[in-house]
Amino acid sequence: MTGQTLIHLQDVSKRFVKGKDTITIFDHLGLSIPAGDFVAVMGPSGSGKTTLLNLLGGIDQPTEGSITFDGGRVDTLTEGQLARWRAHNVGFIFQFYNLMPTLSAARNVELPLLLTSFGRAERKRRVEAALSLVGLAERADHYPREMSGGQQQRVAIARALISDPKLLLCDEPTGDLDRTTADEILAMLRLLNQEMGKTIVMVTHDPEAAKYARRTLHLDKGRFTERELVA
Amino acid sequence: MRVFNEIAVVTTICIKSIPQRFWASFSTVVAVGLVVTVLLAFLAMAAGFQQTLRGTGTKDMAILMRAGSQAELNSGVTRDQARLIEEAPGVMKDADGKPLVSPELYVIVDGVKKTAVPADGNLKKAPRSNLTLRGLGPAGIAVRPGLKIVEGRAFKPGTNELMVGRALQKDFAGVDVGDTVKLGNSNWLVVGAFELGGSVFESELWADTPEVQDLFHRQNVFQSIRARLTGPDALKALSDYAANDPQLKLDVTTEADYYAQQASRTSDLIQKLGWPLAIAMAFGALAGALNTMYSSVAARAQEIATLRCIGFSGTSSFIGTLLESLVLALVGGFVGTLVTWVLFDGLTGSTLSGASFSQIVFTFHLTPAVALQGVILALVVGLVGGVFPAWRAARIPIVEAYGTP
Repeated sequence: MTGQTLIHLQDVSKRFVKGKDTITIFDHLGLSIPAGDFVAVMGPSGSGKTTLLNLLGGIDQPTEGSITFDGGRVDTLTEGQLARWRAHNVGFIFQFYNLMPTLSAARNVELPLLLTSFGRAERKRRVEAALSLVGLAERADHYPREMSGGQQQRVAIARALISDPKLLLCDEPTGDLDRTTADEILAMLRLLNQEMGKTIVMVTHDPEAAKYARRTLHLDKGRFTERELVA
Repeated sequence: MRVFNEIAVVTTICIKSIPQRFWASFSTVVAVGLVVTVLLAFLAMAAGFQQTLRGTGTKDMAILMRAGSQAELNSGVTRDQARLIEEAPGVMKDADGKPLVSPELYVIVDGVKKTAVPADGNLKKAPRSNLTLRGLGPAGIAVRPGLKIVEGRAFKPGTNELMVGRALQKDFAGVDVGDTVKLGNSNWLVVGAFELGGSVFESELWADTPEVQDLFHRQNVFQSIRARLTGPDALKALSDYAANDPQLKLDVTTEADYYAQQASRTSDLIQKLGWPLAIAMAFGALAGALNTMYSSVAARAQEIATLRCIGFSGTSSFIGTLLESLVLALVGGFVGTLVTWVLFDGLTGSTLSGASFSQIVFTFHLTPAVALQGVILALVVGLVGGVFPAWRAARIPIVEAYGTP
């Protein structure tokens, strides 16, 4: 169930200067992702998958070209504006969960809400709801070291969802998990896409994981080589 | 509110993650603690010294010395001048109508510190330190109403008898009541010990002025005159009297002012030694703090990047990192203060007074004002040691923090 274009990359180039060399990651790349899409991005190491995710999430800026989100330019925002934009529009899910080891599951999930005007009681209510959604309500007071990888990733998903962003960016979300747990996480992502309408872009090496997406983009040497519709 | 929430959570993460870098954090605390201990030891010494000298004088006692002589040791006063002062206005008289004026002789002798006594107890072989021997006029004890003879008795005029200050007795060997002290070619018997409000006089030996004059061949010459004043205006009356008589080329001041001036000279010197040493050491501690905090930022790079991905500002990372550094420094500051208090506060020491060239016994005194200076130095180390790593935490690009190109 996809709709209007949520993200649009137009003629995006990304180059890095490394010593005397200039490395081109993308050269005039174009991409449109409709709202409600679930896109898997696959490709060999060094193909630019993570850089693409960084550009979509506003944590890196293109050297050339434009990126629009929901009709507004993102690539022209300042660092502070980008931080606020991310807080409202993007949820990140990482391969190694990136939870704060010194905070409980509830406090980890609450982090994005600290950037909102919600009071303590409202934050608590939302954290409980998010943890219930990922099936970890009873683990609210546990610390990351006390949880399995799958549980930690579910906490990370709850954290990504808590501020109700339109876009979820997942960087190898099952790369550190066994097959069964990976399938649980992927099923949860599919549910979020289908039931809650979240637009998801997922970078993965795993063809099994990509099957959960609506479509898969293959990236090689900075170019999409193949577009495959899965669902 | 949002900003405070951000800062509070980042600071919590920073502080709670300190145990993950225990040894680096511990070494910073120890380095800062050491700097603070060294500084506070010097400052406590200066404060104790100052307290001893400032507690010495009283406002109702005038001290008269040769004009321009700055200290008793450089002064010279004649018997005629002393007689004229006995008739001066503003000078208190006792019940018998005798003026409370004490012409005093101030000479340097030597003694052996208890810490310098050799294993065989033979004081003759021990290194000797300077001591003050004060010759008191007949009213010498009467002009000092706070004097308490705590052991034995006062010396008898016309005899080779000594009274010894309590502080001196604690620090020097062979000056207990009943001991015989050899000064020059004659033997002197210690007959009493006294206290005088913890003042510098407690670091002195006292004897009858004519006997001391004989010993040092200084007949008819004194170093200073003590005169007890009748009231607040008496000093001016006495000063005017001295200024108007051409035979009395004397500086007149209160004993309190005289010792306050002496105190500030030596304590300034101690502080001028202490601060540069502490600051030099602080640079070492600063290097440690910088290293620890850069390690902390490197160790938390991914956490910082994740928080900024979520939408946290660089400012919160800056303040959180800076507060972590300040907390470590503050702990170091408190540890240093505690160590100084345990090791030095109340410790008796003695040092050579710049004005008298003799040993003055004093007690290290860690006052709240002194402790505050140590804590401030610790915070400066924490602030400077934290600000550059904090800046890095705030400015590091997210992709760099994640280690992606």
